[in-house]
Amino acid sequence: MSLHAHHITAGHHPGTPVLTDVTLTIPAGSIVGLTGPSGSGKTTLARVLTGLHTPQQGDVTLDDELLFTAAPGAVAMLFQSPRQAVTGRWTLGRIIAEPLHGRRGRADTVRAAAARVGLTGDLLARRPHQVSDGQLQRACLARALVQRPRYLICDEMTSMLDPATTAALTTVITEETRSGLGVLAISHHHGLLEVWADHVIAWA
Amino acid sequence: MTIPALTLDGLTVRIPTASGTVHAASEVDLTLRAGQVHALVGESGCGKSVVGAAICGLLPTAATVSGGIALHRPGSADVHLEAARPRTWRKIRGRRIAWIPQSAATYLTPVRTVGEQLAETCRHLDSPHTPAVLLTRVGLEPTVAGLYPHELSGGMAQRAAIAFALAGDPQVIVADEPTSNLDPELTDHTLRLLRAAADAGAAVLLISHDLDTLPAHTDRVAVMYASRIVETGPTADVFADPWHPYTRDLLAALPSGGLHPIPGMPPVLTDLPGDCVYHQRRPAPGFSGGPTHIAQHGDRSVRRLIGAAS
Repeated sequence: MSLHAHHITAGHHPGTPVLTDVTLTIPAGSIVGLTGPSGSGKTTLARVLTGLHTPQQGDVTLDDELLFTAAPGAVAMLFQSPRQAVTGRWTLGRIIAEPLHGRRGRADTVRAAAARVGLTGDLLARRPHQVSDGQLQRACLARALVQRPRYLICDEMTSMLDPATTAALTTVITEETRSGLGVLAISHHHGLLEVWADHVIAWA
Repeated sequence: MTIPALTLDGLTVRIPTASGTVHAASEVDLTLRAGQVHALVGESGCGKSVVGAAICGLLPTAATVSGGIALHRPGSADVHLEAARPRTWRKIRGRRIAWIPQSAATYLTPVRTVGEQLAETCRHLDSPHTPAVLLTRVGLEPTVAGLYPHELSGGMAQRAAIAFALAGDPQVIVADEPTSNLDPELTDHTLRLLRAAADAGAAVLLISHDLDTLPAHTDRVAVMYASRIVETGPTADVFADPWHPYTRDLLAALPSGGLHPIPGMPPVLTDLPGDCVYHQRRPAPGFSGGPTHIAQHGDRSVRRLIGAAS
């Protein structure tokens, strides 16, 4: 059981790939840390693993089936800037509910997910400009969790957050790994990955 | 050098909004000294940036300010900024107090080059420096002057912002989370530039979430919770032996402290009660849950309950 990137070559211009022949495995139930300098292709790999970017070569398998045949929502992503990852005109409640579509028990699911990430009920009626980056990133994590992903890709998820929010969100994610969630944690912060991740890959 | 450059004396900022009055800063006492880098830390939404904005005269117009903000210069009268009018601010901003924003590139005009904009700034401030000298001082190649803001990387933009701030040789520099989007190497470089500015005589206020970097790069730290300062002291001493329970909890939340989350969330600042509210987050006997005051011990201070044994 793993999310597996197999000999990935990817980039934005043919001939100058950002990633060349990269292989990486994220086992279910564990946190893999990935660190490396700016421009080394960490974000491109995150986008390939979530199906947001098509590699020039190689493929991604999710529990041994190809990523694009997996159920929608099997891989979720958290971005560096929560503000750029939400619709500014929606309330936090609607943002969290988005992956649920018309599913039954939606309001309860949203409330439970919000409580899970430490968002109080009054915040669910607010819009992004009325909350802090930390509160908005909590909402983004709740949105990722309501779709019950098997894998979660965190691209510099904590770089705009204060230490208390970072500790709160990483703790929630660690708890989710106990029920099988596999996590790729991309960060510049070596100290964070050393403590949080089960093992760390450092790109030169 | 320990000459005070700027003193906040009971600074209280209230901002009326549709949903109530925001208690953005309450009875903040802080002295920024020439030659020192002062850190201001606390969770998002605790009012740190409001303190920085008040010092720079950048509060929303609806905000009400009480208490004092005094700018000192040896041999001349103090300037009281809490009620300063635009005329006064024009002589202060950029020249005696400068501001370094978080996402520097968004503060520049996208359609003109960095060099043109820096030259304009130097001209308006009657700067003794040329744009080329300022760029060199912050470690940027002279060719950067010919680039447009979108051609700068995050680290270059942050360095450029420091060059703009240094143009007027300010006495006080307020940097609001200048390193939050930078990798460790660029963070280190940015903090060294702030240190160099302090060594050249400025008083620097660094508002930051990157707590790990502070002991090596700052002289003093002030910890803020829900609009109030709860502890101040030399950074190394406070980090090695925090006195206030909130400081302890904040340090324990760091990776180096074990990533222990603080239970609950910080309160919204709308219509706060009139005193420290940390006991609502977790019990803090002796420190919060009644009338508090700042107890001074040598070069450190901590907010505790009035009458609590120290």
